Amino acid sequence: MANNDERLRRTMMFVPGNNPAMVKDAGIYGADSIMFDLEDAVSMAEKDAARDLVYEALQSQDYGDAELVVRINGADTPYYANDVKAMVKAGVDVIRLPKTESAGMIHDLEKDVLAAEKQFGREEGSTHLMAAIESAKGVLNAPEIAAASDRMIGIALSAEDYTTDMKTHHYPDGAELSFARNMVLHAARAAGIAAFDTVFTNMDDTEGFYRETRYIHQLGFDGKSLVNPRQIAMVNKVYEPTQKEIENAKNVINAIEEAKMKGSGVISMNGQMVDRPVVMRAQRVMKLAKASNLLDEEGNYIEK
Amino acid sequence: MEIKQTAVAGTLESSDIQIMLSKGNHGIEIDLESDVKKQFGDQIISVITTTLKKFGIENAKVKAVDKGALDCVIKARTIAVAQRALKTTDQPAWEVL
Repeated sequence: MANNDERLRRTMMFVPGNNPAMVKDAGIYGADSIMFDLEDAVSMAEKDAARDLVYEALQSQDYGDAELVVRINGADTPYYANDVKAMVKAGVDVIRLPKTESAGMIHDLEKDVLAAEKQFGREEGSTHLMAAIESAKGVLNAPEIAAASDRMIGIALSAEDYTTDMKTHHYPDGAELSFARNMVLHAARAAGIAAFDTVFTNMDDTEGFYRETRYIHQLGFDGKSLVNPRQIAMVNKVYEPTQKEIENAKNVINAIEEAKMKGSGVISMNGQMVDRPVVMRAQRVMKLAKASNLLDEEGNYIEK
Repeated sequence: MEIKQTAVAGTLESSDIQIMLSKGNHGIEIDLESDVKKQFGDQIISVITTTLKKFGIENAKVKAVDKGALDCVIKARTIAVAQRALKTTDQPAWEVL
């Protein structure tokens, strides 16, 4: 991927960090991001073993183009410091901090990551960060958290802890998450980073999963955290552009090319000016279409 | 390095390997159980031995039950069990990882 902020992040698949079968197979499902979990999916007694396993897997396994994320244990745990060091040394793309409540927590993490990059001779700034928002405080501070560091690539809402903090629980219609979703999304957009929606855990409720995914797609989320690889294709289907959207986007791209060849700064299509938001939307549609295998080599729509 | 306590790491689930490490006096003695021992036994033993030697462990009894683990899993479980046996889990051996 060329540019960090243009990367597709439709699907972030959770992989329990101490499960060798799942860690080894994580790359075969086509998730845009793979999130190895050292936190909630790993029992206290196995924190060390999970860290070793994820480290060795990152050294040796081929996960293709997927962005590799590791959810470390929180700064208030005895595992945090070694998690940070090990994952920086392993060269992971992104470290995800759980239960983030303030910009200060990201600043501290940034300091620890920089120290680890120096200790292990990794390029300074090469380890990116993301924050999970899991409390009322985190939601209210989402804007400062999202903008806390140049290393930040995204923030994610985690509904399980958040709804508990709010003295409710996760309902099928998600009304209780409406404020948090919009806060997280706005914080991400204002900071120019990605927004990830929470997991949907009821694997039997396919219709509910589609409904929720369509809803967060409509709001503008980059994608969703997932607990099961079966959900990847479902999310991708929701994010797939229509033939009409693709053809329109292609016209916009062609208009840009034409304007470039003419040396004209103003881009017009069908006699109307094409401004920046239209161009950006078109580029995103083309990227989604390509990722959804809807384009042939020349960029034409493939009839299904 | 001297083994301080008997330790276990890994599970008996598919793709994993469970390794038990205890004190020994006759070099590194490995008792390996694996459905693919015939094909991969030497390789599994070599990964375990090499990793233990990086910790400076020269004498140990190893009981390993393999369930089809990849080399990276064998190495990770050996590291985990070695650090547990040496009681150094809080200080990861960065030079071995």
